Amino acid sequence: MSDPSTGGRVALVTGGSRGIGLAAARRLQANGFRVAVTWRTDEPKPLEGADGSVPLFPVRCDVTVPAEVDEAFDAVEAHFGPVEALVCCAGITDDTLLLRMTDERWSRVLDTNLTAVYRVTKRAVARMVRARYGRVVLVSSVIAYLGSAGQTNYAASKAALIGFGRSLARELAGRNITVNVVAPGVVATDMIAALGSERVSALESMVPLGRAASPDEIAGAIAFLASDDASYVSGAVLPVDGGLGMGH
Amino acid sequence: MDNDATFEKFKTCAVEVLQVPEDKLTLGARFQADLEADSLEVVELVMALEEAFDITIEESELDGVETVGQAFEIVTSKL
Repeated sequence: MSDPSTGGRVALVTGGSRGIGLAAARRLQANGFRVAVTWRTDEPKPLEGADGSVPLFPVRCDVTVPAEVDEAFDAVEAHFGPVEALVCCAGITDDTLLLRMTDERWSRVLDTNLTAVYRVTKRAVARMVRARYGRVVLVSSVIAYLGSAGQTNYAASKAALIGFGRSLARELAGRNITVNVVAPGVVATDMIAALGSERVSALESMVPLGRAASPDEIAGAIAFLASDDASYVSGAVLPVDGGLGMGH
Repeated sequence: MDNDATFEKFKTCAVEVLQVPEDKLTLGARFQADLEADSLEVVELVMALEEAFDITIEESELDGVETVGQAFEIVTSKL
């Protein structure tokens, strides 16, 4: 099935094997995109979507390794063609208070959440510039502007994506390429579950909507920004946080 | 490849990337003032030339490059 609204465009979702990334990949697939996903720890299964949709194309890739990023793009381009919509979802946490932070833990989070986004995006937009079309969606976090004790590395990386994305939006606007940022709040994923049920309950109680989001609720916002309906949206930061970050 | 053939290939890249008529691509033409190329178009041209001629052009080599002739000289120096 090739949805007329997407024309079977090619999307690549990094970190697409679980959590928000997998939900975004599934949603794009349902919307008629041909979707490739990079994965590092768990290969996504099943790959088939609803009747007639194109199966997900999984590519093993550690986004912090430049050669693997190049190989992943080569594989996707050979399978589907150039990437027209990029969703950068791959991300990690490694929480500790700053006074206990080590250079290694700091760098690991910045490498994955920020430097890898620079690397993946750079590779993708080279083709988008030529095609005079592109959609880039970066997944930040409400933590970027709220801050979070124990997450200086994570918060710094997620806040940096906003500056990166907006600068890139300006660089590429003349080429019909939009760059936008989604800032999720508390989302029911493995990353949040790892905090423990007590901390999750405390977080949920801070959310005006009173609950965590499902990954699919974030995927909806990502899919909108990747669609032709969002053709006049660029440089935006779209909070999808149940009201948690209101006013920032 | 002789100089004329190289320049023809150079021109093909430039016409495609910069979307300008071929006759405007003289050696003395200035990218910004005469060809109305923005900075991203110049980067696109460099990438296209790298691919077409199988060469690598460093960022530092582009300092002060304003004209088609200067860019062409960089390409020919690498062949």
